[in-house]
Amino acid sequence: MMREKVAQAPASVSDVAPTLLALRGVGKVFSNGVTALSDVNLTIREGDFLSLLGPSGCGKSTALRLIAGLSTPTSGVLDWRAEGSLDRSNIGFVFQEPTLLPWASVFDNVWLPLRLKGVSRAKAAPAVMEMLARVHLTGVEDAVPRELSGGMKMRVSIARAMVTKPRVLLMDEPFAALDEITRFKLNNDLLELWQDERFTVVFVTHSVFESVFLSNRVVVMAARPGRVFDELAIEASYPRDEAFRTSPDYAALCRQTSDVLVNAIKSTAGAHHDGH
Amino acid sequence: MTAIDEGVLKLDPEEARRVRQERLERIGRWVLPLAIMILAIWSWDRICVWNAIPQYILPRPGVVLSTLYIDAGLLFSSLLVTLRITFLSLLLAVVGGVGLAVLFAQSKWVEMSFFPFAIVLQVTPIVAIFPLINIYVDNQTTKLLLCAWIVAFFPILSNTTLGLNSVDRNLRDMFKLNGATRWQQLRYLRLPAAMPYFLGGLKIAGGLSLIGAVVAEFVAGATGQSSGLASRIIEAGYRLNAPRLFAALFLISLTGILIFLVLSLISHLILRRWHESALKQER
Repeated sequence: MMREKVAQAPASVSDVAPTLLALRGVGKVFSNGVTALSDVNLTIREGDFLSLLGPSGCGKSTALRLIAGLSTPTSGVLDWRAEGSLDRSNIGFVFQEPTLLPWASVFDNVWLPLRLKGVSRAKAAPAVMEMLARVHLTGVEDAVPRELSGGMKMRVSIARAMVTKPRVLLMDEPFAALDEITRFKLNNDLLELWQDERFTVVFVTHSVFESVFLSNRVVVMAARPGRVFDELAIEASYPRDEAFRTSPDYAALCRQTSDVLVNAIKSTAGAHHDGH
Repeated sequence: MTAIDEGVLKLDPEEARRVRQERLERIGRWVLPLAIMILAIWSWDRICVWNAIPQYILPRPGVVLSTLYIDAGLLFSSLLVTLRITFLSLLLAVVGGVGLAVLFAQSKWVEMSFFPFAIVLQVTPIVAIFPLINIYVDNQTTKLLLCAWIVAFFPILSNTTLGLNSVDRNLRDMFKLNGATRWQQLRYLRLPAAMPYFLGGLKIAGGLSLIGAVVAEFVAGATGQSSGLASRIIEAGYRLNAPRLFAALFLISLTGILIFLVLSLISHLILRRWHESALKQER
């Protein structure tokens, strides 16, 4: 089994941090007989920015839903190691679409997770406003989602996921539908947020460039059946900024990751990646 | 980008034509139907005069109008009776339709079990059910209400049920992740999501409750004391009082139009900020 530890130079955040969640032999078979995941072993450590990278059908979104508790594994276990019970309020989830309530204002959308926990509007206001400021959305709290651009909607979605101060942020291809300029900006802002708060991120993407730019660990997955193919440590220091984006180091890391991804796609028997 | 001032803004011929076209359409939307209506009324009047049609067959529009004025006391008190049944039944249809829809939304099993009954109630012509209601129910108002309700509640029930069930899956997951209770999910997610559907049903139900009320009055054959516009029409028919018949008909149509406009306005006010249907075309 090719798993874990690309062993070379350690010193990245994840090698010292305690384990938060260990997936052991996790598999998921849907009722239609499709094996979405097979024997996935994966350790997520406190403070990781871990990307799940792979072609469509490799089960990366399924893995994310399992971690979120939105779905249960057919086999294997998810072992939450964090001290104290880690309930769902410790998980923030950002979907591929902004998934906002279209009738509610930006403020009310971000308030929602707190509201569901019984926090009144007035009590929630400081946290909501602070979160909106963190994602650079001050001043639009009264707008409704349709009045916002795609990037702004995604910022609201991130603010909503973060307003409960979760320890884990799960993101399912959150920026896939955005244009490149907006995506770069959101990447930078997300990293900034992550560095300030040091929560753990599991980030699903099919973009090599995005995963390398953001993560300290990239887990490459292969399809049919969905499985972990290989893992790469991205040995580049944070903060990463626009200078990093154009650096030779970044290019080299992207090439390295890309090669692994190509092998992962090749490894699928009779592979025909439809690029969907 | 609101007012386009042609004096300042130099428009190319294509854009200028588009602006002219839009202005024409804006005016035409009001002027055309009005013109056709006036033309129709005028021809109606001419037909009566040229063919010397007697008043008890087809009264001239002017006669209908003056009858409306002369019989105003009688007609408007009847209109009030009909309106009372209409609005009460619409209210009950909203309460019953939304209530049942919420009940259905609680469990697929409940919906599967009871929805067919609602359909049976809907597809059976009310005129055919009425004799039964007539036997079982004594109170005149209750009879009429029940009739109008049966006609009006279905669009609200079926639309609201559809709305409650067509919530975005990711949003549902989001609520689940945040540990929302059943009630919270209903209150903050499913009911608001169903609002456009409900309002669509309400617009249909508004007209139907008027139709239901009038039909019920017809089949109840309620003549004499405490009677609505339908009985005025029946009565006028027997007496060959065509002007009054037309006047009553005019009032019913007018009421229907007003109900539709009011409900459309309510719908627009509620949805205007977020729903596609209520948004102005911006492109």
